[in-house]
Amino acid sequence: MTKQQVLDLYFLDARHKLVELAAFLDRVERADGKDDFRFKAFRAALAKLNGKKKYKAKGVLLAFSDPTTDPTLNAAAKGATGAYQPQISQIRADKIQAKPTLRKSA
Amino acid sequence: MKYIEPHAHMVSRTTDDYERMALAGCEAVCEPAFWAGFDRSSADGFHDYFCHLTEHEPKRAAKFGLKHFCWLCINSKEAEDVKLAEEVIALIPKFLNRPNVLGIGEIGLNKNSRNELRVLEMQVELAAKHDQLILVHTPHLEDKLKGTRLILDVLKNDKRIKPERVIIDHVEEHTVEMVLDCGMWAGMTLYPETKCTPARAIDILEIFGNERLWMNSACDWGVSDPLAVPKTALEMKKRGHLGSAIEKVIYANPKSFLRQSGKFKI
Repeated sequence: MTKQQVLDLYFLDARHKLVELAAFLDRVERADGKDDFRFKAFRAALAKLNGKKKYKAKGVLLAFSDPTTDPTLNAAAKGATGAYQPQISQIRADKIQAKPTLRKSA
Repeated sequence: MKYIEPHAHMVSRTTDDYERMALAGCEAVCEPAFWAGFDRSSADGFHDYFCHLTEHEPKRAAKFGLKHFCWLCINSKEAEDVKLAEEVIALIPKFLNRPNVLGIGEIGLNKNSRNELRVLEMQVELAAKHDQLILVHTPHLEDKLKGTRLILDVLKNDKRIKPERVIIDHVEEHTVEMVLDCGMWAGMTLYPETKCTPARAIDILEIFGNERLWMNSACDWGVSDPLAVPKTALEMKKRGHLGSAIEKVIYANPKSFLRQSGKFKI
């Protein structure tokens, strides 16, 4: 597709989503109380939208992702919040039932 | 246009959905074993679920001319209890010879915990021992990147596992490349709010090509759309993709992967 064709197909939809995003920011900023780790991650992800760097969707997803590599000690909850919160992985070790044994080449 | 729905949780959908899928061109639906939205209290609950997937659900689908296939496992959301997982895994072998069972799935990780990882290894062992295809669930949202890496490490480290017999599902822009680079298949799940939208799934196809990729609705009891695959096919058409390219992604690709089971015949 040409740039014109992409704009013809998706501009109004993207504009709509951008206005929704702006309204969400206004809504959070207008509300009382403190925000949390999710909003901080959101602002970090927003920064990925500007500039000429390619693969912005990937950049946004990475901004919300857990960057650590070790398994967590246990699954404290089933759900995901949408943004990485470091202290979630600091769970008491006494609940561990088994340790994984990463299989090596057979 | 004919298509295959390679990942749908029909036990939680209405009969009307079967009819709508059939009207939209669906020829076969494949149902991985998953979390019911609550934890089962014993392995007996899984036994009944496996009977449901292998006996009752194919009959429901057949009323609308749809072939129904399934995958069996204990899902990662209930894998924190290793003892329960061991009991459930012990049940699976006696179901593997049933005619609509395609393999082990959807195994994987949810919160990337040690116990989940241990249970994943146990089920990879089960698949290797019984020469089964593997369908992998990758974690949600912030946990997906790390979970996908951990899962790929487990699979790559077991040399009995052939990458072309593994599909890693729910990939997004930040995980698809690492999956395809391993030689495995990648599934894109089309959800209204999380995972991929139709437009983003097509972006991924345009960037990474259409080899070893499929699309699914993963429709279940949550916010999801059983017609997400044909709707994405329409979106591809709007973007100017040829009919043959669309057919490859929504029909030929899943057929190529699934027929490796020896049971997927449509």
